[in-house]
Amino acid sequence: MIASHRRLALLAVLLATLMGLSVSACGSDEESSAATREKPELVVSAAASLKTALTRYADRFESATVRLSFAGSDELAAQVRQGIKPDVFAAANTKLPDQLFKEGLVEKPVSFATNELVLAVPADRPKVTSLDDLTGNDVTIAVGAEGVPVGDYTLKVLDGLPQAQSKAILANVRSREPDVGGIVGKLTQGAVEAGFVYRSDVEGAGGKLKAIELPDELKPTVEYGVAIVKGARNPAGAQTFIDGLLDGAGAKALADNGFGAPGTG
Amino acid sequence: MSQARWFPPVLAVALAVALSFLTLPIVAIFVDTGPAELVSSLDDPTAIDALTLSLWTSTVALVIIVVVGTPAAYLLATRRFRARNLLITLIELPLVLPPAVAGIGLLAALGPNGLFGQALDDAGIRVVLTTLSVILALTFVAAPFYLRQAEAAFSALDRSWLDASRTLGAGEATTFVRVAIPAALPGLIAGLALAWGRALGEFGATLMFAGSFRGVTQTVPLAIYERFATDFTAALGLSAVLVAVSAAILMTVKLATHASPARVLTR
Repeated sequence: MIASHRRLALLAVLLATLMGLSVSACGSDEESSAATREKPELVVSAAASLKTALTRYADRFESATVRLSFAGSDELAAQVRQGIKPDVFAAANTKLPDQLFKEGLVEKPVSFATNELVLAVPADRPKVTSLDDLTGNDVTIAVGAEGVPVGDYTLKVLDGLPQAQSKAILANVRSREPDVGGIVGKLTQGAVEAGFVYRSDVEGAGGKLKAIELPDELKPTVEYGVAIVKGARNPAGAQTFIDGLLDGAGAKALADNGFGAPGTG
Repeated sequence: MSQARWFPPVLAVALAVALSFLTLPIVAIFVDTGPAELVSSLDDPTAIDALTLSLWTSTVALVIIVVVGTPAAYLLATRRFRARNLLITLIELPLVLPPAVAGIGLLAALGPNGLFGQALDDAGIRVVLTTLSVILALTFVAAPFYLRQAEAAFSALDRSWLDASRTLGAGEATTFVRVAIPAALPGLIAGLALAWGRALGEFGATLMFAGSFRGVTQTVPLAIYERFATDFTAALGLSAVLVAVSAAILMTVKLATHASPARVLTR
């Protein structure tokens, strides 16, 4: 009897602690959630590489409470094809939004940012210092999987190299990641010595990574396309969101995070 | 007793809801996949590579789990000591961990920048992004399923059998091998099946710790995820194959466990 009482008391203490923790964790959000209660919701599916920039933009977005979902652009496009309808679809290329537009699944896309494909290496004692080092023995590389924009851009770069070199580089690839976040993670964890990512990813890695610029003639045009999804619940909010990406708080957040203005890639 | 009248239908409705919710996605996979697509999904060499890799890495993981886990579970089940409950809780912890946490933990322990990264590097062993890392990830997430079940199976044994074996002059090791294991076999096999199913389905920890590379680290769940974006039909086909393999494992086990402990003993 005493034992079971004691157990109950212990359980109560545990629960109280947990609740206390969760309340204190939410505390900071309380004011903003009270203010946003009457705001409509806006669901944005975006390429993994947009994470830092769009999260910052969403925090300042005023006319709706933005819910963000990040993944490889191709995964998000596949979700739209399966009937999952966000309000806005933002991809790391213009190909996927154009395809969805042709399939009648999104409104006419616009390009809203450019990025640059770079070779990323750890900032601290990198083993790879140039594109030529990628063919060395014991060099390990992570790239995006085929079909993921970052993977397709990478393949394009490798296609521009002499065949022997691109073959040797591909032989050193150890992982084909489903989104750019996976490549950055493998790099910062030291699991690979080099990876092809966007310049914005290197800038977002908090000094852990260093970018090696690719030769101009190899650089692919990395242009980001965005579109309102047909059947969106909040099309007006979606339009405002996209307008802000082109000119306003969104454009500023993009520029702050290493993206270029559209049409400059 | 008006209670008696409404209670049974409530139970039946609950079971019906549970059953339809749990079987619906599986039924949908097979309804959406025609037999032709199922066969053609197996025609694809990347699918075969993924299946082969999944089968052999999970088998190796299972062998490790059984060889180490069976005696470990026996110790936990047959001895009473102070830290026993703590040990069992620690062993069960990976059961409730999200796979992403398992992946991060494995990286933090065995990754190049992890606790033992330098030591492994000095020894010339590269773990991350290799088939070895797949096996480690599978072992980590699947082992608790076996350990838990094996511990329960050994605990449920009639102690007098083990005592009798010892009184008849058999040593502890002989008792373990000749009496305890055969008697606990159905429980051990059930644990094995759960662990195998978990290993075959592992996704998150593998992606984080082992990456995704055809023939080396791309197991079936990773291949399904990759196809989801490019070819939904092929993803469905491969999913159907994984459902079939997992169901086959579960069925085998159900049949095997129909043999009661007593019958196993007298065989």
